[in-house]
Amino acid sequence: MRRSALAAVAAIGSASLLLSACSKADDNGGDGNKSAGANAATKGVVNASTQKGGTVTYEYSDVPDSFDPGNTYYAYMYNLSRLYARPLMTFQPGPGEEGNKLVPDLAEKAGEPSDGGKTWTYKIRSGLKYQDGTAITSKDVKYAVERSNFARDVLSLGPNYFQQFMQGGKAYKGPYKDKSPEGLKSIETPDDTTIVFKLNRPFQEFDYLVATPQTAPVPQAKDTGIDYVKSIVSSGSYKFQSYDEGKQAVLVKNENWDPKTDPLRKQYPDKIVVKLKVNAETIDQDVQAGDAIDLGGTGVQAATQAKVVNDAKLKANTDNTYGGRLVYMAINNQVAPFDKVECRKAVEYAVDKVSVQTAEGGPIRGDIATTVLPPDITGYAKADVYATTGNKGDAAKAKEQLKACGKTTISTNISARSDRPQEIDAATAIIASLKKVGINASLKQYPSGKYFTDYAGVPTFDKKQNIGLHMMQWGADWNSGYGFLQQILHGDAIGASGNTNLSYLNDKQINEMLEKAIATEDDTTRNGLYGQIDKRAMDLAALVPLTYFKVLLYRPSGYTNLVSTSAFSGQYDYLNIGTTKK
Amino acid sequence: MTAPIETTGAQAEAQPEAVLVGVDKGQIEGRSLGQIAWSRFKKDRVAVAGGVIVILLILLALLSRPIQAMFGLDPNALHQDLIDPNTSLPKGDFGGMSWSHPLGVEPKFGRDIATRILEGSWVSLVVAFGATILSNTIGAVLGVVAGYYGGRVDTIISRLMDTFLAFPLLLFAIAISATLQGGAFGLEGLPLHISVLIFVIGFFNWPYLGRIVRGQTLALREREFVDASRGMGAKGPYILFRELLPNLVGPIIVYSTLLIPTNILFEASLSFLGVGIQPPQASWGGMLNQAVTYYQVDAQFLIVPGLAIFVTVLAFNLLGDGLRDALDPRSR
Repeated sequence: MRRSALAAVAAIGSASLLLSACSKADDNGGDGNKSAGANAATKGVVNASTQKGGTVTYEYSDVPDSFDPGNTYYAYMYNLSRLYARPLMTFQPGPGEEGNKLVPDLAEKAGEPSDGGKTWTYKIRSGLKYQDGTAITSKDVKYAVERSNFARDVLSLGPNYFQQFMQGGKAYKGPYKDKSPEGLKSIETPDDTTIVFKLNRPFQEFDYLVATPQTAPVPQAKDTGIDYVKSIVSSGSYKFQSYDEGKQAVLVKNENWDPKTDPLRKQYPDKIVVKLKVNAETIDQDVQAGDAIDLGGTGVQAATQAKVVNDAKLKANTDNTYGGRLVYMAINNQVAPFDKVECRKAVEYAVDKVSVQTAEGGPIRGDIATTVLPPDITGYAKADVYATTGNKGDAAKAKEQLKACGKTTISTNISARSDRPQEIDAATAIIASLKKVGINASLKQYPSGKYFTDYAGVPTFDKKQNIGLHMMQWGADWNSGYGFLQQILHGDAIGASGNTNLSYLNDKQINEMLEKAIATEDDTTRNGLYGQIDKRAMDLAALVPLTYFKVLLYRPSGYTNLVSTSAFSGQYDYLNIGTTKK
Repeated sequence: MTAPIETTGAQAEAQPEAVLVGVDKGQIEGRSLGQIAWSRFKKDRVAVAGGVIVILLILLALLSRPIQAMFGLDPNALHQDLIDPNTSLPKGDFGGMSWSHPLGVEPKFGRDIATRILEGSWVSLVVAFGATILSNTIGAVLGVVAGYYGGRVDTIISRLMDTFLAFPLLLFAIAISATLQGGAFGLEGLPLHISVLIFVIGFFNWPYLGRIVRGQTLALREREFVDASRGMGAKGPYILFRELLPNLVGPIIVYSTLLIPTNILFEASLSFLGVGIQPPQASWGGMLNQAVTYYQVDAQFLIVPGLAIFVTVLAFNLLGDGLRDALDPRSR
């Protein structure tokens, strides 16, 4: 549900296509560059080059939530903001899952846990400066965390994990209200280069948390709250030259950024332009002409896809990557008759996943899924509990389970988000395959903005409306099993409304394993636990995995150092993209 | 005693022409104004063509479900074996046209387009007729009441009309259709969506006819036959519904015929915007909505529902124009 530009793009997709009906279509992006071949950027860096100069353009069909590193929740902004805001940790630019590797950015090295994972200490590099030449201290990092996580009345758009995990986090009201000089007491800064986080429970994946832009330093004297977005003080390799809200941002080289303090950034292009509210089809054309990168990273439009995949020359310029998301259908454990596991299993066997995949746009838009964790998430283990021939569903087995459940037919409803055509298409295919085994489901659509707060996420509503099946899509806040599974499987996550655990599964074993995993220091053991949780959830038939979400990116031929990383939902890593054009 | 319809101002003045028609054919005999209108209508070939198409469409819509049952057609049956999964497009040229799918199949699902057009036809016509009947009933009754009684009643009803005309109808329609999605008034699914559409489209369109009827009533209420009726002791409701309304049948019919195509378009627009008929139920607007994504690569899918709407709207408009010319030649 989060960290994705999907919803926005899907919503404006159909309207924007209309407007551009008379614009000229580019036949290809050929400027003589030899193509690296299809999916090359998922295996290595394409067009690797150290050439400097030129302008790199990013285009986006909507506007981001905010450029403020402390007030954003989109993966593409997490990716882009690193150009002007350095978090404590970040991800190593690398193809696919290699991109999931955490490396120190502002910090000298990865965090040092003590007290069984309840205390984390980071030392920041020396010689760090803001764009105005003033020194960056660990106090600025502390302040950045305080403003982004605790002042929810001012900056509310980012996640608030620090509020949940820091000692005394619930009571602290943020730096705008709480003017005391020491701020949040559980974040200590004994000197200008050290920062210590004291947590209320062991948390072995804390390095992932400090890899969000929320830990990028913000000088308290320059912070203007919600208006900080208009005058962001850069700590990275680029700084803002101009910022025109909702239209365009221009970044230029930051002279006070010292390459000696930064092993990751290279500062290749002279200028970076971010254009907003660009028509989705125009983006496709510009990208194919080699002049732009699709900032949202959601891939080409359906019509472009149809053109590109049938042309070997064009297809060689594409990357079809995993987006770190699972498209699935949750089976509501609280709505009869799906409180019985046999009835849930009947659904598992009945769904023709190939039909769903075709309805969603074919293998290019997603591989058929059989597990809760997608393959690009740490902890994924291959499994298929409800294997059917060719993944086409098994009506005989489904009817068997239905009989074991004591039913011959089931009448239920299936909820989907009205502004997500792909979800409705998938539901349409599911309804057709459920009908074959005697499960009659009718589609109910709700707006995505209130899907969790007012509709599918409200257990009493689901029971009253007899909604036993929920269409759902989930991407993790950080690419580990815990980040992915906690919000959709943990029983404690179930509330009166706003639930993302749409299976309404409250299984003691799963809850315990999740808590155990996050307190386990050893990576192998921890990742093994994620596999077990996945298996258990499938044994309980909590949800029907449909597809592992994929995007089709077109590689702009004029740009260098393109590599698609799982850390940012399959987007190209934006840290070092340069251009061969002047 | 003559039928009331023969005494409207417009039609009474049209009589000399009608007499001449009779003289041409050498038949000197009286003909009712209905007959005269019909003879005028018959000469308007374009209008007759429109009328024939309209009758065919209504037959098609009425027989939609029986035809499907007879030939074993299912508008929601998937034929994904006819789809290329990589492009989502139908295999073969012209949107997958074949003998078994004469108008091709949809991208992604491979549902038969011809069957879905057939299924969509009754939805379109039911909504359009329902909404027209609703708005014209309200409009005719309130219009005649306002025109006949005048004074305070007229003021209140006229201001009410102004209020309704000032309503941002499309925005309101979108809002109300979106909120009533889940289930309301003990209805859900298709019956609910159809009733909501009829209500939204019909309930806010009545002032247009209301104003026309009011104006005509103002002219009629001073005429002798109304005075005569009043003199014989007739009371308000009798005069309204026995004396005035029958004389307004002409404009009401003409306006209805012209309102139906507008309503068909409105239903299609709402379904296109995703707040009308909900999938998987087929509707013409909904099909257009799906087709827009593929207009560059599978034009067939856009053209077929587009043509269906075009032909229907055109036919109703031609019929409506012809009827107006026949019933009220002065407006030609």
